[in-house]
Amino acid sequence: MTGTVGRRRRPSTFAPLTPISPRARVTFGIAFFVLFFAAWSVATWGGFVKPLFLADPLKTFAAGWRLFVEFGFAGDVAVTISRVVGGFVIAALLAVPLGIAMGAFKPIEAFFEPFVSFARYLPASAFIPLLILWLGVDEAQKLAVIFIGAFFQIVLMIAVLIGETRRDLVEAAYTLGAGSRGIVLRVMLPYAAPQIAETLRLVLGWAWTYVIVAELIGADSGIGHMIMDSQRFLDTGQMIFGIFLIGAIGLVTDLGFRAVNRLLFPWQLGR
Amino acid sequence: MAAVSIEGVGREFPGVRGGPPTRAVEPLDLTIADTDFVALLGPSGCGKSTLLRIVAGLDQATEGRVLVDGREVEGPGADRGMVFQSYTLFPWLTVCENIGFGPRERGVPPAERRTIADRLMAQVGLTGFADHYPRMLSGGMQQRTALARALANDPAMLLLDEPFGALDHQTRSLMQELLLQVWEADRKTVLFVTHDIQEAVFMANRVLVMTARPGRIKTEVRVPLPHPRHWRMKTTPEFARIEEELTESIREEALRAAAMNA
Ligand SMILES: Nc1ncnc2c1ncn2[C@@H]1O[C@H](COP(=O)(O)OP(=O)(O)O)[C@@H](O)[C@H]1O
Ligand SMILES: [Mg+2]
Repeated sequence: MTGTVGRRRRPSTFAPLTPISPRARVTFGIAFFVLFFAAWSVATWGGFVKPLFLADPLKTFAAGWRLFVEFGFAGDVAVTISRVVGGFVIAALLAVPLGIAMGAFKPIEAFFEPFVSFARYLPASAFIPLLILWLGVDEAQKLAVIFIGAFFQIVLMIAVLIGETRRDLVEAAYTLGAGSRGIVLRVMLPYAAPQIAETLRLVLGWAWTYVIVAELIGADSGIGHMIMDSQRFLDTGQMIFGIFLIGAIGLVTDLGFRAVNRLLFPWQLGR
Repeated sequence: MAAVSIEGVGREFPGVRGGPPTRAVEPLDLTIADTDFVALLGPSGCGKSTLLRIVAGLDQATEGRVLVDGREVEGPGADRGMVFQSYTLFPWLTVCENIGFGPRERGVPPAERRTIADRLMAQVGLTGFADHYPRMLSGGMQQRTALARALANDPAMLLLDEPFGALDHQTRSLMQELLLQVWEADRKTVLFVTHDIQEAVFMANRVLVMTARPGRIKTEVRVPLPHPRHWRMKTTPEFARIEEELTESIREEALRAAAMNA
């Protein structure tokens, strides 16, 4: 009858919000990939899906190897990455300042917000035929698709984030002698900075979708172009590898973004 | 240093969705002499914060005006330092950088800011915490930093809106002594809002009792206790007498406020 009184309850791993060790987090994350590959292997090698529709993992990676070694795929990957980064950076450079101005100054917001909200719903991919007409099939057209897809989204989300700056912090800054410029640059901007970085990370992910669509429709290089080409030869291995590679690049940039955010915003560690 | 004169200042908030407007502060007059320490005491919701925010320039009076050293208040400024009840340190700045925020806005160079911050951190007992971020600090330490941050501009007056309201009893007593020491050293004009009677008597030279909403100044009680004050003064008969007088007065208002909200 000893030991029942005052026994310490161990928190269950599945109690809400119970933290998980970094090691367990990585293990769980990798476990899903393992399961995913296992399911894929069973589906293909087990004969559940015809090879014509879905290549098996080995064929897929062999196709990837051939793409890089024989068809200079690295060049396509570089072209696509440069398009995504180029379009995204141009959009962000223009959208972030406008978003900040809108979030901070209500007349500016009243002027731009209705149009930006409208423009945000214009599907970037629907512009592709028009953009081909205007800009041809060159880089400018690819950048324009990404720009349209990213710019309006970034503007709106940043305007909201800046506008949500805690009022009491703004008031405290006023009583410390800050003017409009100080409030915007040294209160609102640092307050919203971590979430602005999060927003950019999110939109960069969308930019990948736009670039691939643009490359599927009118391009002679890039990952999307390769996927389109492979379809003609019914090479599902190559197609799947292309899609996979985009996911992998996305995952790596995501991890990079997060690491940079941790470095840039040390005050919110442990949040 | 600053003398404040509040002339017929009142505040009415517009009604919500066409409802009747809320009168938070009845037009009132009040003068605060240079270097005086005045406590504004009243039940919750009686308009204390509203009045303080008007003096700070964070809110506009619907009638009347506030003069600080003869100049009309038109907006917030570094001459009136403020400490809020809620924690308002900038989370992205360290203790040292938070304290240096005001000087930075005035264009004070970094080395000089550091000197100011070091001196204030010593004064409020935060030496060794210069590089801590606010989330690493206890509530008491955050409010000490907020006080140091307000003092860094060397303001003519301090406006304090229940700055210790969220702190536990022990921490609160220590903070009261700290603020008293600061006042005894610098003799800045202080307007201190609280609903804690003992706190008001212990620190202030004049205690003003506000009525329940709409706020007016109901009575004024002078606190003739000498400076420097020691916490043991809280147990003297004189202290108890003033406290009782104020308790009586504010009890009526608290009852009225309760009846009004029922
Ligand atoms: N922005 C506002 N809009 C409408 N009513 C307000 C606003 N601020 C305060 N009030 C009202 O004014 C009264 C006084 O508020 P406040 O000054 O915060 O009181 P205290 O600080 O004494 O608790 C309250 O009844 C409150 O509801
Ligand atoms: Mg209040």
